[in-house]
Amino acid sequence: MGPNRAKLARGFHLLTLLVLLFLCGCATSQPEIPAMRPVSEYVKPDVTYPIDVYDPLEKFNRGVYRFNYYFDKYLFLPVTNVYETITPDPVEDRVSNFFANVRQLFTLANCVLQLKPECAADTVGRIIVNTTLGIGGLWDPATTMGIRRHNEDFGQTLGHYGVGNGPYLMLPIFGPSNLRDTTGLVTDTVAFSLLDPFNFEHNEELGMAYVGLYAVDARHRVEFRYYETGSPFEYELVRLLYTKYRQLEIEK
Amino acid sequence: MEEIRAGVQAVRTDRLTVKSLMRLWLLLVLTVCLLLPAPAKAKPYDYPFDNAYAATIIGTPADLKAELPKKIREKELKLALPEGKQIRKLFWYEKAFRYSLAYQKEKAPLIFVVAGTGAGFKSPKMQILKRAFFQAGFHVVSLASPTIENFIVTASSTGMPGSLEDDSADLYRVMAHIWDDIQKRVEVSEFFLTGYSLGGAQAAFISKLDDEQQLFNFRKVLMINPPLSLYSSVRILDAMLQDNIPGGPGNFSEFFDRLMAKFSEVYQESDDVAFNAEFLYRVYEKNQPSDADMKALIGTAFRISAGNMIFTADAVNNAGYILPKDLKLSSTDSTTDYAKVAFRTTFVEYFDELFLPFFQSREPGLTRQELIDRQSLVSIEPYLVKAKKIGMFHNADDVIMAPGELQYLIRIFGPRATIYPTGGHCGNMDYRENVADMIYFFLQ
Repeated sequence: MGPNRAKLARGFHLLTLLVLLFLCGCATSQPEIPAMRPVSEYVKPDVTYPIDVYDPLEKFNRGVYRFNYYFDKYLFLPVTNVYETITPDPVEDRVSNFFANVRQLFTLANCVLQLKPECAADTVGRIIVNTTLGIGGLWDPATTMGIRRHNEDFGQTLGHYGVGNGPYLMLPIFGPSNLRDTTGLVTDTVAFSLLDPFNFEHNEELGMAYVGLYAVDARHRVEFRYYETGSPFEYELVRLLYTKYRQLEIEK
Repeated sequence: MEEIRAGVQAVRTDRLTVKSLMRLWLLLVLTVCLLLPAPAKAKPYDYPFDNAYAATIIGTPADLKAELPKKIREKELKLALPEGKQIRKLFWYEKAFRYSLAYQKEKAPLIFVVAGTGAGFKSPKMQILKRAFFQAGFHVVSLASPTIENFIVTASSTGMPGSLEDDSADLYRVMAHIWDDIQKRVEVSEFFLTGYSLGGAQAAFISKLDDEQQLFNFRKVLMINPPLSLYSSVRILDAMLQDNIPGGPGNFSEFFDRLMAKFSEVYQESDDVAFNAEFLYRVYEKNQPSDADMKALIGTAFRISAGNMIFTADAVNNAGYILPKDLKLSSTDSTTDYAKVAFRTTFVEYFDELFLPFFQSREPGLTRQELIDRQSLVSIEPYLVKAKKIGMFHNADDVIMAPGELQYLIRIFGPRATIYPTGGHCGNMDYRENVADMIYFFLQ
């Protein structure tokens, strides 16, 4: 007990020091001339503002948001552009279809976890049709046949059973998320590597190629560019729309 | 009706005398003229939405859109900042003015396209115009609206958007620099100019500037759904939000939640996420809401554009309006509280509290009414009357026009005005017939 308690005490002191340092950092006061429309007057505590999202880690998140901009600019987008230049459009679509078909495995598992039989049946149908007729998922005859496409993940499953958003999180590379959805993302990913449908365990190069192409295809499909929305409140608007979007996906 | 009945009566009693027929004919012509506020179009117009608010929000259903190419030959380009231009640290990511050039391989006419309020050069409506003109064989330069952050920060001489004269001069200067940059890249036969909404009004001012400076000598200029008076139109748009949220703007949250409940379907079918005013428009496509709800939605989209613009103008000028003067924000500081204030600020409040004092300090003695009048096409009416190269497309039910304003524009342009009976504000821009008319206007 003794040494443990000492360790705890040391940890506590360290934590206090960090908090103090942090507070000092915040306290560098600037001489402030109140604005004509000051926040103190125009923002009312009794009014609900849709733009408010629980974001206790905002400073960290904004830092990551900025990192993502640079990551996009210097690596992700150039690589994606090269991919788009050298790959004919029909091939790009085959790649997108392939990964979409693989992702249906996550959807299927989460349909089952949420006890949604219709969703599970549709998804099984899609996987079978697209994997066989669609030649390993490269084509999407299931959509042509009118089999509905669902999108479920473990974050939605948690939400379905009442788990709240938790703090908003801006993830490096992946983009907007929150504690619940990040937990979901990690769980889905772990489950996928345990399941290992492509036997990446014994084929590491293939695994790397898969992850790389997956990321490039994902970026290829998303039009969003950091800091190009034309709004000085882009961070807030992205945060709001992500949160609302997930809420609606869960309610579905 | 009384007159028609009298006319019919007259026919009956006089038993088809030539005189009575002529009288009936005159009556009919007169009635038709009175009923039509606009020059009549010969063929029926089948744009599907009679409700102007729905048209404004929904636009054109996919199967009635003009067929436009999905992939075109284009480059996104940047313009070097003017020498000595300082950018406030808050806008560290705005490094250059951004625009796009869609280009033909051979010699071709070049058209400049100016976006409407709050729209960037890649906005959905700009995509329509770019693709339509590219398909018709033009080089196309797409320009953001002077009301959007990238323009205000990198290209505006005042940093105070809303002045037709100043903003158009900024656009003209930008166009000249772009031409310097791209003339090695493209072979141009002649120049054209167009813009929609606020961009349409700016196109007229740019055309006037160019007639004086003769840099491009535009052969034709088309204004699409321009406001007559900027002030009048922003008042209408401000009111759409102020007056149509049940319980007032303080209850916006409830309206927003109701709206969100309808978001789901639209999200399922759209992969792209462009967080601007036009994105919000798309969200209502699937529903059949009341006029009040639709007005509130249009008002919300406009308010977001306005709030973005107002905060940017405030920060660029260090005006101390919403952002405290001299306050240095780092890239990790929250701006959420300022967003709340900005999105509660109307355009008219911006006009009175920031815009007017700014121009009065540059020009002592300038009155409010004078400044309002300058932001109107009436201020260049003599030019518009004689500039035969300028044409106008408008809609009889455009929701940003006050009563009588469209008639005023029609009087200015006469036969150079094409008025569609429906379409709301820019809702019919990519309707097949409109695209065909637009291309025909430039090629004839």
